[in-house]
Amino acid sequence: MNAPLQNPSDILVVDDVVVRFDTPEGAVTAVDHVSFGVRQGEFLSVIGPSGCGKSTLFNVIGGLLGHTSGTANVAGETINGPHPSIGMVFQEESTFPWRNVTDNVAFPLELIGMPKAQRIERARHFISLVGLDGFENRYPNELSGGMRQRVSLARTLASEPKILLMDEPFAALDEQTRLLLGDKVLQIQQQLKQTTLLITHNITEAVQMSDRILVMTYRPGKVKRIVDIDLPRPRTSDIVGSEAFGRYVAQIWADLREEASRGMRDEEKTMMGAKS
Amino acid sequence: MSMAATRPARRFTLNRALPALTGLGTVVVFFLLMELAIRTNLLSQFIVPPPSEIIASFPRVIVEEHVLNRFMLTLGECLAAGVMLTVVGVSLGVLMQRFKLLQQACETWVAALASAPVVLCYPLFLVIFGRNAWTIIMMGFVAGLPPVILKTLEGITGVRRVLVNVGRSFKLTESQQFWKILFPAALPNIFVGIRLGLIFALINVVGVEFLINFGGLGQLINELAERYDLAGTYAAICFVVLVSVLFFMAVEKAERWLTRAE
Repeated sequence: MNAPLQNPSDILVVDDVVVRFDTPEGAVTAVDHVSFGVRQGEFLSVIGPSGCGKSTLFNVIGGLLGHTSGTANVAGETINGPHPSIGMVFQEESTFPWRNVTDNVAFPLELIGMPKAQRIERARHFISLVGLDGFENRYPNELSGGMRQRVSLARTLASEPKILLMDEPFAALDEQTRLLLGDKVLQIQQQLKQTTLLITHNITEAVQMSDRILVMTYRPGKVKRIVDIDLPRPRTSDIVGSEAFGRYVAQIWADLREEASRGMRDEEKTMMGAKS
Repeated sequence: MSMAATRPARRFTLNRALPALTGLGTVVVFFLLMELAIRTNLLSQFIVPPPSEIIASFPRVIVEEHVLNRFMLTLGECLAAGVMLTVVGVSLGVLMQRFKLLQQACETWVAALASAPVVLCYPLFLVIFGRNAWTIIMMGFVAGLPPVILKTLEGITGVRRVLVNVGRSFKLTESQQFWKILFPAALPNIFVGIRLGLIFALINVVGVEFLINFGGLGQLINELAERYDLAGTYAAICFVVLVSVLFFMAVEKAERWLTRAE
């Protein structure tokens, strides 16, 4: 609720951001005075129940959506549109079906005018990083959902962003694939020391990967609490079985349960209203 | 070992050829049944000539009626109409998607034009362009234009929001956004429009050639029908089918090249 203290070394600073939408039923506040910072090399997750404004926040930080008040800065520059320091990975499948894996990953390199041979070599490096060696010439329709998300991740990483911003990238995948992809993301994040901001509603995923977790309230979305995850690194999905992991999951669920219940009651009320 | 390695490859080739062979087989069976029905007087040979007679008339139609010249003329007219309707149709579709007012003002009219019997306007086109190939090309062009416009509009409007957002996140300029995301994403729909447009164009090209008794295969069909040379008429119709097949093969190749090459 209150703005948490921000560190001067934060690479991303969200300060008192409010997002309000005009609807036929009146103004709706999606994000309400949200403030937090992301440190260099940190993995921060934003977690909250459905409808808490997580994706709105993702779009604001990514520069795809304007905000009503407050400021968002990356590397000292105000975000008022898509910023080259921020690389986005979307929830929906976002590979280009008309390009093969190499050409998908080389897309941002093509935009900066990198010579073809060089960008193919660079793209292959990122394809290898996400574990898709041997699939360079395949088209997205020849890949599984998890592989396509890895192509999207490699494409974003190829633009070498200062901050990797991900909106529930594994939401559409089954639990086992999600855990394994979580491992992959962790491995890449640790290898590249990539500052990462993950938007998710999955507690296990958030605890498995994060240094800190920001818990949001149900509508209007505010910062409820920021939890430090003091689990050893390097981490893998093996951590899921540990006692400390279970404690963090329980602790965050205790925070989220109240918010999720509020969301459910609100939804039921809306449905009843629509019926009558 | 080597036999085991070659067997699956052979089966694979046969599997690939099977649809084409089945299609060809169906045509052969159909012709045999027609031949049988005509020979046993189930069908009058004064309405439909036996397929064997049609096949026998091919050399005569090729040599005496200069069918190859006429075939090239119809092919050229279709090509001209096809290129025009692709360039103009796709451009108009893009413009309508770009300017909402234009879309709201014109979409219904374009849809109405798609189902209108444009061929009936041939006297007007004759007055405007004269009795020459341009009348035929323009009739084909106008008839084939609506589906290309509508499918281009539908294709670009239907591009998934997330792909547009990917482009925005990479700070693409408006022109890059169009050429690198919107256009390639809409291509499958645009090609559906071009295919439909070409069907309408071909029908109208041959139809107008027939009606104004000018030009390529349509005129030949008209002349042979007036001479009551039924076998020759059907042989000429086979060449129209050949034009259609050639066009669709070319469009399919272009689609594969454009949607896969980068």
